[in-house]
Amino acid sequence: MRSDSPGGAAPVDADEIRPDSRRLEEALRGLLLERGVFTEVDLRRQIEATGARTPLLGARIVARAWADAGFRDALLAEARPALEQAFALDLEHTPEITVLENTAGVHHVVCCTLCSCYPRNILGVPPLWYKSREYRSRVVIEPRAVLAEFGTRIPPEREIRVVDSTADMRYMVIPLRPTGTDGWDEERLASLVTRDSLIGVAHAREPDAAPG
Amino acid sequence: MSARPLSPGAKVRVRTGDPLTHCRTPRYLRGRQGTVVRALGRFANPEELAYHRPGLPALVLYQVAFEAREVWGERLTEPSYRIHADVFEHWLEPLPGEAEASS
Repeated sequence: MRSDSPGGAAPVDADEIRPDSRRLEEALRGLLLERGVFTEVDLRRQIEATGARTPLLGARIVARAWADAGFRDALLAEARPALEQAFALDLEHTPEITVLENTAGVHHVVCCTLCSCYPRNILGVPPLWYKSREYRSRVVIEPRAVLAEFGTRIPPEREIRVVDSTADMRYMVIPLRPTGTDGWDEERLASLVTRDSLIGVAHAREPDAAPG
Repeated sequence: MSARPLSPGAKVRVRTGDPLTHCRTPRYLRGRQGTVVRALGRFANPEELAYHRPGLPALVLYQVAFEAREVWGERLTEPSYRIHADVFEHWLEPLPGEAEASS
């Protein structure tokens, strides 16, 4: 977590926060505070709220979708109301979200080539590599090679869809449910769902590899 | 500005152009041909919002599917796949195609 940049929104190389970007962020933040667009308290609350959202919520959402076909269908059709109802979330003033389901035929992987758009309202702050120039520029032109570097092999007959979040819609992936999990309750299922599988750069954990 | 709505399956081409101002249409897709997946709703125009203008009337945002082969041509080193990206209506130019009749 970058403590010096409250929004954490600027795209960066993983190993580099450019000094001019930092100065720009400080100047902008100072102006917004000075003009009363928001207060220090608003800013702190927003950082706290974003920090409180973690991929654990995404894992619970996926587990519910795996266990409950009705919820899954509602989630895929229109994510925001389905999530607000099932998880008592208030998503009213947050970006639109679409949930994509990986299937035997299609594998989705999400990126933002323009900056670092990510479903922060559900999953919190994106991993640093997600904002790196390398990931953003390579995943759209050689997704199989990038996925392989994450240890993720996609069979040639499975279609890859690289989903570039270029505008107002944010995307989260439901990974394929691992085999051998019939009858598992949601808590156990959620333990198989990792942050990277919600972005689509990894599969869910296989049951044998799960803790516990 | 508000064009006829594009139906899923409609063939489109992303407009070319290189504005110096804020723009959410990635360069690598400009001039490329794709297929509308669905309309995602109306959103204030980010090219206006970026300069503290209202960006109204809101514009339709479309999810568009592109074949990697069409996007990258000779540069492609992998079997073809699809790229889905979200493009505002004023960046899309309808192409004649089978889906047009359904609109």
